[in-house]
Amino acid sequence: MSGKLQLDPVTVRKARTLARRAGRPIVSLAKKHTTVSVERATLRLAGLRGADADGIPWVNRLLDAVRGDVGIEHGIALPVWDALLRGEADDLSTLAQKAAAGSVRFRLPEGRDLTRARTAARRQVAAGVRRVDGRRSERERLVRRWGDPDHQPWIYLIVATGDIYEDIPQAQQAAREGADVIAVIRSTGQSLLDYVPEGATREGFAGTYATQENFRLMRAALDDSSKELGRYVRLTNYASGLCMPEIAALAGLERLDMMLNDSMYGILFRDINPIRTFVDQRFSRQVHARAGIIINTGEDNYLTTADAVEAAHTVTVSQLLNEFFGKEAGLEDWQLGLGHAFEITPELPDSFRMELAHALLARDLFPKAPLKWMPPTRHMTGDVFRGYLLDAFFNLAGVMTGQSILLVGMMTEAVVTPWISDRDLALQNVRYVMNAAGNLHEDFVPAPDGFIVRRAHQVLGESIELLERILAHESKMGLLDAIGDGTFGLMKRPADAGRGLDGVARKAPAYFNPATEILEDT
Amino acid sequence: MTVSTSSTTGDDSTTGGTILRPYGDTTGDGMVQLSFTLPMSSLGAQSKIAEGAAAQLANKMGMDPALVVHAKPMGPDFTFFVVYGRVNHLVDTSKVQVVERDYPLLSPKEVNLSIRKGLRRRLVVVGGCIGTDAHTVGIDAILNIKGFAGEKGLEYYRELKVVNLGAQVSVPQLVERARAEKADAILVSQVVTQRDAHILNTKEMSAAFRESYPSHTRPLLIVGGPRFDETMAADLGVDRVFVRGTTPGEVASYVVHRLVAGRPRPGQKAS
Repeated sequence: MSGKLQLDPVTVRKARTLARRAGRPIVSLAKKHTTVSVERATLRLAGLRGADADGIPWVNRLLDAVRGDVGIEHGIALPVWDALLRGEADDLSTLAQKAAAGSVRFRLPEGRDLTRARTAARRQVAAGVRRVDGRRSERERLVRRWGDPDHQPWIYLIVATGDIYEDIPQAQQAAREGADVIAVIRSTGQSLLDYVPEGATREGFAGTYATQENFRLMRAALDDSSKELGRYVRLTNYASGLCMPEIAALAGLERLDMMLNDSMYGILFRDINPIRTFVDQRFSRQVHARAGIIINTGEDNYLTTADAVEAAHTVTVSQLLNEFFGKEAGLEDWQLGLGHAFEITPELPDSFRMELAHALLARDLFPKAPLKWMPPTRHMTGDVFRGYLLDAFFNLAGVMTGQSILLVGMMTEAVVTPWISDRDLALQNVRYVMNAAGNLHEDFVPAPDGFIVRRAHQVLGESIELLERILAHESKMGLLDAIGDGTFGLMKRPADAGRGLDGVARKAPAYFNPATEILEDT
Repeated sequence: MTVSTSSTTGDDSTTGGTILRPYGDTTGDGMVQLSFTLPMSSLGAQSKIAEGAAAQLANKMGMDPALVVHAKPMGPDFTFFVVYGRVNHLVDTSKVQVVERDYPLLSPKEVNLSIRKGLRRRLVVVGGCIGTDAHTVGIDAILNIKGFAGEKGLEYYRELKVVNLGAQVSVPQLVERARAEKADAILVSQVVTQRDAHILNTKEMSAAFRESYPSHTRPLLIVGGPRFDETMAADLGVDRVFVRGTTPGEVASYVVHRLVAGRPRPGQKAS
């Protein structure tokens, strides 16, 4: 590999090796644990859905009952399918209701009972995974029928009204105006709920709850739009927070196309326990891999808290880690929407050259990944005219450096939730730049020893230094220590603290999870 | 709609006052620009009607003459307009009313600096949602680094030690944790208002703090939520009430103002 920056292949290989060495102990840690959400996701794949009168999902009710009787360290499948085979109930949802009423006792089956429970669990979860497979081939068929966008980068637009029935016409209008990808932002605080809300929802805070029904409604609406527009319009949501594995499963079942799914975001920005996060993200990425979903990682967030020049290398390090964790979980290059952002202070001389250097570094390091390019937010001031100009430079950098997914920046960032006119103006901005620049990226080859090339090499060098520092931490878990001492995004997150820790269990030797087995077989 | 004029912000309006008009390119020309969307078509034969409608709105807003310089259809149902025109209104700076904030708004840097200088240790903030309230939206918007309205939460401030207890914290738990952490300030968020739960919970909370602390060492009590009224603080027994739309920066500035800025410590009935 060399690319436009003439990166030294030995250095690049070294960076990947270091990332692998930092990530590997985390993977074995993740393999040794399970979480309440991984187990609930397994129940969801087995087809259990719905909620009780208080809105508590049946997967939570059933899991809590099983956990109370036998814990989750053996996995939820054995006690649950053992109870079904014992005739406690005819199906999962009846079993969940009886368990919630306290009229079922769960046990860990042994001998022949164990074998039968294993087989039954595997059969039912496999049917769910086949549904995910079916959704994937359906997507492939629809993409063939309606086609992909005829341009790069893909145009990614956000809707966020809080009401799914308001979101739908807005999303359809956005698609008509040119959006290739629609993201429905989640309600503030959903990442910290330890359950997935149920049904179609009409009230959220600065976003709409991610629920299976909301996923279904929006996907169906965008299928209509795809048909109308003659191109497949993709749908994005967020597999993050405490219910990451369950939301990934729901996304697979409802044919979402992209999911925000970062390996460290929840730890750093939501104070979710690091072990919980790594276990959950590994499972959720296995589901995404199987479902043919493109993940979007969240490196842009580091630059909203730390300085975009000083911390440029933390983005690269995080991309390398996300790549390692993603591939380990079975994702392929075309599914790794690694993130980065245009957040350098505009007052800095040569800020645009610096942005080009950083963006090109990501492009050259990950030539096959559908990179996600995020617009300025930190230096949007309320001066909408200046913001519009900044967004145009952001668009230009995206086109010049061959980015794959461009999140459309709004000039009213930090002022209001985008108005219909803001979105229209923003899309005109994108279209003008894409049209005017055309294939400029073909001509844009930075001078071999010029500013851009030197800056990119410097950032790569700093990334290697940071990875070496992470590995120099005393314990085997260098990365966990680095997260604990504030290496990323300035946040200190120790491994024994944070939300969701009580939902983590160390696996017993006889742990069994049919979903993991099936997903890891592929 | 964006209205941009050359008029003043009102900061220097205390004495005398001046009569002003917006400034385009000549003193007294009264020129402003305006942009907005009308939910109507401007395609084909509709375009004249749409432009007339935009001019009518501008006229009613006091722009005369109003020049519709740009009308762009956005799909079949909406049109975006840019209008330039002259307004006849006069601005009297002596009549400008400034909403008084009784504390200065500080940047994160300034907050950190004044804590470092004035307190010489990190300031400890303990927060959570009390009672059965599981809505952490409010407390997280203020405390989480992710923040709210483009501002980072209090976790972002180096000189603040933030302990976010999350949802459904009981009052005794809160008091106990406040003591253990030697809290300087307590932040409580209440979203659920069924049967006045937010009022009752807050009163219970402030009473518990009054009981377990001598009045001069009690931490600063701050409560926030969409259904509170800013004037209720004394009644609730807290130092400050924040309402919908409050940003982390405002809370941080207030805390610094009360605890660091060298003011005497608040009594129990602080307003």
